[in-house]
Amino acid sequence: MRWRVLGRTQLGSLAALLCTTVAVADPGPRIVVGAKKFTESAVLGELMAQVLEAQTGSPVERRFNLAGTQVCFDGLRTGALDVYAEYTGTGLRNILGDADAAGSAAAIFARVSTAFRERYALEWLAPFGFDNTYVLIMRPERAAALDIATLSDLAAHPLRYGVSHEFLQRPDGMPGLRAAYHLNEASAVGLEHDLAYQALSEGAIDVADGYSTDAKIVAFGLLPLRDDRGFFPPYEAAPLANPNLFTRVPLAQPALRLLAGRIDAATMRRLNYAVEGERRSPADVASEFLNQLGIAHAEAVPEARATGLLDLLWQRRWITLALTGRHLWLTGIAVLGAVIVGLPIGIAVSRRPALATLALSTAGVLQTIPSLALLAFMLPLFGIGVVPAIAALFLYGLLPILRNTVAGLRSVDPHLLEVGRGLGMRARDLLWRVELPLAAPVILAGVRTAAVISVGTATLAALIGAGGLGDPIITGLTVTDTNLVLSGALPAALLALVVDAGLGAVERLATPRGLTVGS
Amino acid sequence: MIELEGVRKVYPDGHVALRDVSLRVERGTTLALLGPSGCGKTTLLKLINRLLSPSAGRICVDGHDTAHGDPVELRRGMGFVVQDAGLFPHLSAASNVEVVPRLLGWPAARRVARTRELFALVRLDYAEFAERYPAQLSGGQRQRVGFARALAADPPIVLMDEPFGALDPITRRSLQEEFLDLKAELRKTIVLVTHDVEEAFRLADRVAVLNDGVIVQIGAPAEIRAAPASPFVAALIGTAAATAR
Repeated sequence: MRWRVLGRTQLGSLAALLCTTVAVADPGPRIVVGAKKFTESAVLGELMAQVLEAQTGSPVERRFNLAGTQVCFDGLRTGALDVYAEYTGTGLRNILGDADAAGSAAAIFARVSTAFRERYALEWLAPFGFDNTYVLIMRPERAAALDIATLSDLAAHPLRYGVSHEFLQRPDGMPGLRAAYHLNEASAVGLEHDLAYQALSEGAIDVADGYSTDAKIVAFGLLPLRDDRGFFPPYEAAPLANPNLFTRVPLAQPALRLLAGRIDAATMRRLNYAVEGERRSPADVASEFLNQLGIAHAEAVPEARATGLLDLLWQRRWITLALTGRHLWLTGIAVLGAVIVGLPIGIAVSRRPALATLALSTAGVLQTIPSLALLAFMLPLFGIGVVPAIAALFLYGLLPILRNTVAGLRSVDPHLLEVGRGLGMRARDLLWRVELPLAAPVILAGVRTAAVISVGTATLAALIGAGGLGDPIITGLTVTDTNLVLSGALPAALLALVVDAGLGAVERLATPRGLTVGS
Repeated sequence: MIELEGVRKVYPDGHVALRDVSLRVERGTTLALLGPSGCGKTTLLKLINRLLSPSAGRICVDGHDTAHGDPVELRRGMGFVVQDAGLFPHLSAASNVEVVPRLLGWPAARRVARTRELFALVRLDYAEFAERYPAQLSGGQRQRVGFARALAADPPIVLMDEPFGALDPITRRSLQEEFLDLKAELRKTIVLVTHDVEEAFRLADRVAVLNDGVIVQIGAPAEIRAAPASPFVAALIGTAAATAR
């Protein structure tokens, strides 16, 4: 366990160093607001962020599009986040692991907030005023044909279920439903929540999960099934905060309280629709609503609505540039780290077959971990944000660099090494004057592979709050805005090509001329 | 002066390459190690510069047992020439020659001056060939650079492993002639490994004939020619005589 602590401290201080250099002129204690990667969480996040900005004067950093409950919860506990909007039902079933959903909304809130204070020292503030419970939804025609109106009716028919990945796993999702309603599943697959609506209306699946405040249920004309056995607990939305925030910024608590009870289900559905149906930004929608409430008078910046992809790309050019910079920075640090660690290890093991096998298979195993899972493993170690993203990208970069270092050094003719020794070269001389120059093209090809993989994988880093070009991709998927997805995906693809070409040029430059000239 | 006493070499796989070899190479003379492939001649050469260590016996250079002391220092005092030159493909001809001077930390001016001198010695035009890479040189030119590299730091001893082995007959012949001129001029102590009887007899002052890890006869070429010590030696020389005709 010792290495973990060490690694964490070192990376932590590295991150701290970087942060200090970035934020030299900090006007006051910074507040970090998080949000999960769906519309409602982003709207609530914006509402909290803008109220905090208006009422406390502290700068607020937004870490939206986070992958899920676990990421936000870990972020809060490690102090990477100060506050995000959570649901009491999720807290009860998903975090506390409590299957007993009996009781009124108020009773559940009391139970959850007490347990959180005792177990995790986290604070639930007064709810926003609506209950966004889960619902299972179907196309009305299909439901009518099978005579289904309630969840109990589902047991009679083998149906195809397509639900969000989180719902597929969490105890208050499919596993609990199976037990409570004896579902008859022809198939059950995990789908990106926003794609599920599409799949449902195209008839690719029969049943999907949704939220009661979800604007799309109305927009797509879908039928919510009645939870006739009361399986789903109340899901009251409320700010979940690390109380550390209130000591640093005492005004934050009264500021957040201004939102208590101000948003009913109909209002929430309207706000969600403004983002998903009318294609407005959560920031814009939130500021308009706060103006109506008279809580915060943020200057509403009228957004020019982009009509086509080119318009959007032009309109977002500076944002894209900034995201690209961050993307490059993330991958650059990770690849540099992988070189600094992978190259010496590769050199050390290249002449020791047993160690080389060990090192390569270890790096190989790391490579087989799916990117999202690897990012998730980093959370308990590093919290959320840039550091775990860099750590995960670093681990991905190790294999190609290690493998090519070993392969490159092994490809050097042993006869030449003997000649070098015969001339009086020490091991160090051989390495620097013969082995590394001859292996350089192969080693650099590994660095290039690592960099290209890293640029691609870094789009997922947005899911744990590291930002980068993944941000518009995830937001775009959430609001089914293909152009927004492309505004992140196109620059990311371009960046990968540029990095590939650039490092290809470096590789050619580093290839010793003696190896390319003809006789 | 190089002396071997009761040297034995057994490889880790159990193969006995040399059994009880003793010999002596006087200062300024050339000894050829002659024998068929697998007779142990290359092993013997590598024992002298400690690329290999003996399993038993003693190897002395100028009276000092080579088992003591830094093998790297030992090798820097010995030139090393191998078949097909063994030039570093990523270094130019001049840089290949400068490898040992660089290791010894000579200043640039001294290195360049010495390299020019050596190019002249091995009859290569410096202006034309200094910046060429090994891939841009002919076999004979590569071997000339290989000789120059071995002589760079003016070592008193030069070890050569089949230095003319990869050359065509005409180039080999002319390089051998030049070798004889150089040998007379530089007075180095030279150990030359070859499987070519003609070459051994032409170039060496003394010849050691090896077979199956033992020296079957050692002496001046004329002595061996006059009185082969065994049917094996006679057959070896006979083949050479036949080839020469």
